[in-house]
Amino acid sequence: MGLAKRIIPCLDVDNGRVVKGVQFLDIRDAGDPVEVAKRYDEQGADEITFLDITASSDDRETTVHMVEAIASQVFIPLTVGGGIRTCEDIRRMLNAGADKVGINTAAVFNPEFVREAAQRFGSQCIVVAIDAKKVSAEGEADKWEIFTHGGRKPTGLDAVEWAKKMVEYGAGEILLTSMDRDGTKNGFDLGVTRAISEAVHVPVIASGGVGNLDHLVEGVIEGKADAVLAASIFHFGEHSIQEAKQRMTDAGIEMRL
Amino acid sequence: MSNMSMSKKSTVAVIDYGMGNLHSVAKALEHVADENTTVIVTSDPAVIDAADRVLLPGVGAIRDCIGEMHNAGLVPSIHKAMAEKPFLAICVGIQSLMSHSEENGGVDCLNHFQGNALFFGEKHKDHDGSKLKVPHMGWNQVKHTINHPLWAGIPDNARFYFVHSFYVVPENINEIAGTCDYGLEFCVALARDNVFAVQFHPEKSHKDGLQLYKNFIHWDGKP
Repeated sequence: MGLAKRIIPCLDVDNGRVVKGVQFLDIRDAGDPVEVAKRYDEQGADEITFLDITASSDDRETTVHMVEAIASQVFIPLTVGGGIRTCEDIRRMLNAGADKVGINTAAVFNPEFVREAAQRFGSQCIVVAIDAKKVSAEGEADKWEIFTHGGRKPTGLDAVEWAKKMVEYGAGEILLTSMDRDGTKNGFDLGVTRAISEAVHVPVIASGGVGNLDHLVEGVIEGKADAVLAASIFHFGEHSIQEAKQRMTDAGIEMRL
Repeated sequence: MSNMSMSKKSTVAVIDYGMGNLHSVAKALEHVADENTTVIVTSDPAVIDAADRVLLPGVGAIRDCIGEMHNAGLVPSIHKAMAEKPFLAICVGIQSLMSHSEENGGVDCLNHFQGNALFFGEKHKDHDGSKLKVPHMGWNQVKHTINHPLWAGIPDNARFYFVHSFYVVPENINEIAGTCDYGLEFCVALARDNVFAVQFHPEKSHKDGLQLYKNFIHWDGKP
């Protein structure tokens, strides 16, 4: 008896539709975000993450309305990420009904923004999203680096050190995505997940690479993740949230059933 | 109320003291409210005084919460409501009802329940010595330690959503209504007369959370 590990379906939303690309190519339409969120809520999702991947700022208003629509019908925690650059962006999303916001690139370019946001809104609603790639060669000690722009631009920042710094600055949770694994369906990068989870005292959400239900189990047991995030295995009906929870429960993981 | 008025219209005031998002609390209450119940998000003491039920939410740091309650002139109305009508406090709301909190270097609170809010600590450990993350974030089981109208229809040990780093320790253990286990067994619900307070977020706790709000809307304030 104790705290359950969490399953978080992620909605990547572009121009008002849920999409999922394989490493950002071959984008497939997975439906209306409000309908998709309701379906996951009914299936027993522990939280929902809404990631706005729309490039243009014109569509930000659409996102606000969608977050409002989801938040008035879905009574589980909702995290909104994508394009969060100012405290005003955070305020709008929280007022629309988000419980937490994900800060990614803006944290890399301006770490003080994380401190300011945590002081103003509280660490409980500040999730720092980290996109990491393995940069050590075969045979070398493991090393991961932070990348921006969908994994294309290196920053020179060590991923584990960066995670520790973000927690010091006030991050209440870390959303860790392996850019090597994202969209591959080969499973999480368990090494970086475990390294960061053991290095920080806040919860870590593993993301990037889930292709089957055993990957979710590995993320928790070997990666020491507090929560696991996945998109495509749920969007296209391959698996339901209940099935995922059952598999994790069978593996001895405490879940909310 | 005049004798002509036979309807049972009632209002729930959700206290807004400028500490962020009350959207989810109000939406969840509206979701379970019947046509006779109006939910009002307000920072007006007169509206709080006139309401039939009062909900005190809380998010963020305790010093800011208590500070804003004082700045907005809401403290007398909060005490008045706790003295006379169904009152529910959630999350930092429960901590604000204690005598004192360790957060922010130590903050005196409203002292409705005698006792303190303590920090789990960054090196918090489970019973077997393994590391536990702080904040305590996610779905944990709530054990009912008393029967109470607000627990009606909610199974014992149902899971609720938590996000917090401080927990309350009341001096009078008879005021504990529910507990949870996270490295230690701690109090997550307090009850005395017409006041009920919980550490978790009912508005984020799916059907069991909505049931608790529904119970509150229909509660006459009797334990």
